[in-house]
Amino acid sequence: MTTKPGAVPAVHLVNVRKSFGRLEVLRGIDLQVAAGEKVCIIGASGSGKSTLLRCVNLLERPTSGRVLVEGIDVTAPDCDIDRVRARVGMVFQQFNLFPHLTVERNVTIAQETVLGRPHDLAVDTAMAMLRRVGLDEKRHEYPARLSGGQQQRVAIARALAMDPSVMLFDEATSALDPELVGEVLHVMRELADEGMTMLVVTHEMGFARRVADRVAFIDEGVILEESPPAELFESPREERTRRFLQRVLERDES
Amino acid sequence: MTSGAERPAQEPPPSRRRLLVSRATLGQWALYGGTLAVILFLAVAVDWARLQDKMFRTDLVVDQFPRIVTQAAKNTLIFTAFGFAGGLALGVVLALMRLSTFRPYRWFAAVYIDVIRGLPALLVLIFIAFGLPIALDIRIPGTYGRGSVALAIVSSAYIAEVVRAGIEAVPKGQTEAARSLGMSHGQALRRIVIPQAFRIIIPPMTNELVLLLKDTALISVIGVTEATKELTRFGRDGVNENANATPLVVAGLVYLALTLPMTRLAGYLERRARASR
Repeated sequence: MTTKPGAVPAVHLVNVRKSFGRLEVLRGIDLQVAAGEKVCIIGASGSGKSTLLRCVNLLERPTSGRVLVEGIDVTAPDCDIDRVRARVGMVFQQFNLFPHLTVERNVTIAQETVLGRPHDLAVDTAMAMLRRVGLDEKRHEYPARLSGGQQQRVAIARALAMDPSVMLFDEATSALDPELVGEVLHVMRELADEGMTMLVVTHEMGFARRVADRVAFIDEGVILEESPPAELFESPREERTRRFLQRVLERDES
Repeated sequence: MTSGAERPAQEPPPSRRRLLVSRATLGQWALYGGTLAVILFLAVAVDWARLQDKMFRTDLVVDQFPRIVTQAAKNTLIFTAFGFAGGLALGVVLALMRLSTFRPYRWFAAVYIDVIRGLPALLVLIFIAFGLPIALDIRIPGTYGRGSVALAIVSSAYIAEVVRAGIEAVPKGQTEAARSLGMSHGQALRRIVIPQAFRIIIPPMTNELVLLLKDTALISVIGVTEATKELTRFGRDGVNENANATPLVVAGLVYLALTLPMTRLAGYLERRARASR
């Protein structure tokens, strides 16, 4: 939680609220992620954790409150959101690879159209990122020919190729067959070890415990509790956190 | 039926089974018999010699060639190509307007599409050919130009709906992934959504192309020059010159030669698209 004085947090949410019609999904979220920090967000489905993440790069526009990415207020009306988004990598539950493009083109297209990188450099970068996730040999395949785990790793490479300063993971392993979860978590853990700033919405408590600097438990649209993983998992302050953890751990054991 | 004794439990009693089979066979024979009766009736009742003399005279059939191909079919294809190119360009713009967040665009596109689709193509053609010069003092140069523009306007309304359906069929996650990488709305549309939408709409689009090819027949109403006669006009002129329907029948056969491969292709693409899902 401690940010160096004067240092600008990578992500800073100030009293963010979000309603869909009458339903208030986020009810005043305050959250800071310092550069290099890894923060995991846990909570029941429907608690608003995905919406929170999507507010960071404005896939959802907050109803009120402010979102700052590296000090830039993305909720300001004159903000060039495309430029900010290029610096914020996002990995989706459903992978969302572009099915009409090869693996390599998936990773180069935004480098060229958004960053204006020359084709050769974009390809070199793509290959480096694909190597990093262990899929450089699949460069000419189409996404449909890859397993879910492989697709998700390509999606991570696609985001990394933009040289993001923050990576957002929206339940990146929830749509995967159980035996494929490990390979994706492995890539995410490596990324964390290399010092990437990460904001991770997840159901993988093992990952949160091992990788996160802080874990935030979100319930009914508010962050109920936020502490280092050892503290949150071993001795949660809130009764609702305890009950949630109990439910999740029972499921993992059964 | 020796197996019946070995596996009595699996087959129905022989008597009942025979009854079922014979009933089904009876139905089949009734259909065959009915069809045969119709064929016999046509063979006897129709005056084939007279019909051939009025509608399929061999010498007139031969007379139609080669101009019915080198001129009439060529012109039909030219009108189809120009009409489709224009209709596609206009249709994509209209589809994007219908999906726009800017309300006046949505309204304009909705009204345009409703009006054009709600009118017979023939009326639209006549309005464009004769109404437009009066209303706006615009004369679209050349018969190709006039006919093609009219066809483009008609087909664009139908194509717009097909394109819109295709764009809406592309999962929302595709746009979100593109935007999350920093692509602008236009870039995401151009490079991610529209290419996928077009793959989805190839089969219905082929159907639109067939419909448009047949609609070129309507151009004969707004007048074509000797050089731009398409199949229907060519056939009708032939009918008038010879007081015989043969030229129009031949024109019909040429239409089929053009449209059948296209509908077959559409069917094939549709099956393939379904199989890949």
